[in-house]
Amino acid sequence: MGISIVVLLAVVVAFWFVGAYNGLVALKNQVVNAWKQIDVQLKRRHDLVPNLISSVTGAMNFERETLEAVVSARNRAIQVEQSGGTVAATAQAEAQLTGALGRLLAVVEAYPDLKATGNISQLQEELTTTENKIAFARQLYNDTATQYNTRQRQIPTVFIAGMAGASPVELWEISEPSERAVPKVEL
Amino acid sequence: MAQDLFSQQAANRRRSRWLVAAFIAFFAWLGFGGDLIAYLATRDTPPGAYHHVLPLGGLLLTAIAGGIAALAWHTGAQKVLWSTGARELTVATTSAEQQLINVVDEMAIASGMPRPRIWLVPDDDPNAFATGRDERNSHVAVTEGLLRTLDRDELQGVVAHEMGHIKNLDIRLTTLLAALVGAVALLGDGAWRMIGRGGARLTAVGGGSRREGKRDGAGPLVLVLLALWIMSWLLAPLITRLLALSVSRNREFLADTMSAQFTRNPLALASALEKIENAAAPTRSIKSGSAHLCIADPAGHARRLLGVFATHPPMSTRVRRLRAMGYGAAQ
Repeated sequence: MGISIVVLLAVVVAFWFVGAYNGLVALKNQVVNAWKQIDVQLKRRHDLVPNLISSVTGAMNFERETLEAVVSARNRAIQVEQSGGTVAATAQAEAQLTGALGRLLAVVEAYPDLKATGNISQLQEELTTTENKIAFARQLYNDTATQYNTRQRQIPTVFIAGMAGASPVELWEISEPSERAVPKVEL
Repeated sequence: MAQDLFSQQAANRRRSRWLVAAFIAFFAWLGFGGDLIAYLATRDTPPGAYHHVLPLGGLLLTAIAGGIAALAWHTGAQKVLWSTGARELTVATTSAEQQLINVVDEMAIASGMPRPRIWLVPDDDPNAFATGRDERNSHVAVTEGLLRTLDRDELQGVVAHEMGHIKNLDIRLTTLLAALVGAVALLGDGAWRMIGRGGARLTAVGGGSRREGKRDGAGPLVLVLLALWIMSWLLAPLITRLLALSVSRNREFLADTMSAQFTRNPLALASALEKIENAAAPTRSIKSGSAHLCIADPAGHARRLLGVFATHPPMSTRVRRLRAMGYGAAQ
């Protein structure tokens, strides 16, 4: 009787262990995958910028500053990416690019002549979807990472987190003050 | 009712599990309950007489449901899309089409799923539906009226709702439930004759065992069970349909919360639902058999108001819950 209870308990613990361990490993892979999704979208944006600049550059000669800000923000973001930056460094560089692109979009909106051509409305849609894709990829990464971080700290999973090679991952936070600020509207 | 997104989601999932469990339990009672009664009734008969051991009734009902489900499974997506006259959207020719493709791409990223195939239904009424077997074989269809009526954010909310159905495997669930409802309807007719014959025999057996005085309790128990079982079959077509509809309504709420999770913008879906509700015309190109897949019941207001017989919850309730999520997030 006593032995059978011990055996039963051991079986229950073994099942729990396998389930919790595999759950942590699966979540970790989801986090890695979600991070790759952000990467894909960031690369897409880096590739988009040159086309974008060349299609507005003629009409916007007088907005040199805005255009140059976009180009330099993009180059810095690529640098960080190629040097294998941390989550925080990548987030910061990309936030700069997001800010610069946002200002460009605002400028484009301010020129009715520019807006009237079909190209620009296409461009706006392209910019919107690019920014959205990055935002949604970031959202998925942060959600998955939060789930992973929470799970590995909860009892009883916390007891095997070390064995499963689980450690807390960094969230992608908005570090650029300009992105947090409420946009100024001038009438 | 809990207010914020994730507690609404959890509550819906819990409710859904109970409903499906109740459905399956009722279905098992319809099928295997008869076998149990026959087993109890023939247990005390002499060794040479018939003993009901193999649960043939239950197996037959399960096999029929399985057959219907398999058939619907293999032809379902194509049939639904074909019946609406939808055309697949691969290369955008207008800016509205490009926007739809972009929005679906965005929601695929937000949900972490592969992108579904996109279809356009030539219908002026705003509506949308999802179909397909799983994440890898999925389709999202929207009507041309929807593209014209909604702005970008609202379209995103609707597409996210449909992706929520795909993510939750709702198409699999509703196909299965529809098959169970169909099997009950199909067998109902044949079962009447079986009950008629078997009932007479069981009554005779019940009386016989009491005369022998061996098992006093078995006779009345069998009769009570039999009465219950016959009553269940009488009401079965209605009960199974109501349960399936209840599951369907519950999954709509759940898909609304999934949409809020993907877009973090429940207010846009709320305003989209209001626009869809205010569009008067029914969606003619979508047959009522596919209604549970749509964002709103294609039959229009008349059926939307029917409470327990509706495939979708009342629009005002959905909008209210979405608003609650939105204000919860804003705090």
